[in-house]
Amino acid sequence: MGLDFVPSASLPEKVRGTRIDENRIAPLIHFENVGLRYGMGPEVLRDLTFDIPRRSFQFLTGPSGAGKSTLLRLLFLSLQPTRGLIRTFDRNIATIPREELPMLRRRIGIVFQDFRLLEHLTTYENVALPLRVRGKDELSYRADVIDLLKWVGLGERINVLPPVLSGGEKQRAAIARALIDRPELLLADEPTGNVDPPMARRLLSLFLELNRLGTAVVIATHDLSLMDQVDARRMILSQGRLDIYE
Amino acid sequence: MNEHAEPQERGQQKRPEMRVRPTAPIVPPSNVSGNALMCVIAIMAFLACLTFGAVSMVRATAASWQSEISRELTIQIKPDDNLDMEAALNDARDLALTFAGTRDGQIIDREATARLLEPWLGEGLDLDELPVPRLVVVTIDERNPPDFAAMRQALAEKIPQAFLDDHRTWVNRLVAMAETTALIGTGVLILVFSAMVLTVVFATRGALSGNRHIIEVLHFVGAEAGFVATEFQKHFLKISLKGSFAGGTLAALVFAIAGYWQGRSLATPQSDQATALFGTFSVGAGGYLGIAATMIVIALLTTLTARFTVMRTIFEIDRIRSDPARTDGLPET
Repeated sequence: MGLDFVPSASLPEKVRGTRIDENRIAPLIHFENVGLRYGMGPEVLRDLTFDIPRRSFQFLTGPSGAGKSTLLRLLFLSLQPTRGLIRTFDRNIATIPREELPMLRRRIGIVFQDFRLLEHLTTYENVALPLRVRGKDELSYRADVIDLLKWVGLGERINVLPPVLSGGEKQRAAIARALIDRPELLLADEPTGNVDPPMARRLLSLFLELNRLGTAVVIATHDLSLMDQVDARRMILSQGRLDIYE
Repeated sequence: MNEHAEPQERGQQKRPEMRVRPTAPIVPPSNVSGNALMCVIAIMAFLACLTFGAVSMVRATAASWQSEISRELTIQIKPDDNLDMEAALNDARDLALTFAGTRDGQIIDREATARLLEPWLGEGLDLDELPVPRLVVVTIDERNPPDFAAMRQALAEKIPQAFLDDHRTWVNRLVAMAETTALIGTGVLILVFSAMVLTVVFATRGALSGNRHIIEVLHFVGAEAGFVATEFQKHFLKISLKGSFAGGTLAALVFAIAGYWQGRSLATPQSDQATALFGTFSVGAGGYLGIAATMIVIALLTTLTARFTVMRTIFEIDRIRSDPARTDGLPET
């Protein structure tokens, strides 16, 4: 595959810690005949039926406007389908009360296409943000955050503010933020869209390493060369319909 | 990669442990919109406190006009050929003082009466040549006034030439004027406070709109709505306390300086004129308490607006979730 980047050390213990019950076979996410339309417009997504199995690795691809970002939003619980059933962590998302959504989102890490790092916080503070909002004491996670930042190659950029970071560094900071609380599912929207091919390969190796350690990964991308580097499941969206190539 | 990692690890052994700066607040401590909001709050606090002080001053002045004039009554005795004026004046005063609710009686002597008429009749007036009525001024207890009707009756029986003026006509007019003045003042106060409330609410919402991306990120990394709201609430409480303290303190200083100037320039024409028009520039303890209360109200208002706006923003994000028709403006898929 030509990958030339492996994280500088093995994944920090706290992040690596396995909490997946191997005996459970229910998928993390299950879609059944899901359709979505905006207002009175045509259906953006049609009859989607698929699973995101535990510990799986898949690419989500398709032409612009095919509905990739919308599907990621459905996976991240920030949209509800107009028809069909979605079960996330064995819960029907149509019946989950608003107050419980933050708890479920804590089990999903998301890497936004535009990173969404807070510009007044340092790399360290951005990555620690998910733990901070959970009310954890800083002393309890400081070492873990620093370890993770070193693991993604940002050990020297801990006290730097995002405007000073390069595109690849921002991307890695966003990935580290998504990983810090050991999510069961990682969603990444065009994670290599803003970086050069060598950096794209580095980032891909990060996702593979993470997947190897037990996290299910969904990467939405246009980048065919990136997908060619890994023999992974491909979910191809076209005109709102999904074809899956195992 | 491993080649790359090894020197890094060796280097780490030599370098001291990485230090991180003290954790910054989740909401940026200062930015342009925050500073603008602080200025708006300071200005509105200043205007509201100034209005509050001015209105309480006007109300106090109106009340004093009313009480001063209702504190006295006047007995007027018209001259008559068969009347011993000096004896009648004494009788009238003594009679008035027999009534409960009177305190003191003073006969306006001939010289004082001449002075009263001087603007119209000129100097050197001989009262014996003109049938000029004479006056007795009786001070009364305004809280427990005498029975005016009984006094008028008794005077009419003893001295038919006497006429009792209890200033009721003037008092009624002044009461009406004072009440109108106080009402206008209260109206102005309500308008200024309403403007303050609306300005502070909209300025807070404006300042928050620049932080919507922070709310979204916090929400999406798993923060509960209450946590996000509390973070913004703390931030806006600090801003509003600084702004309202500056505005309120400035207003209190204006009153203190005006009062000091008035005290220093007593008995000068400027001061007397100002005192006649506005009363004393003293807002008293009640006024300063009101200023402090205004500051607290502004701080609470800003904080609650921030909390409400954040909760509403999160609610809207979640509403988009349950109603895809509202996702206009989302990135193209």
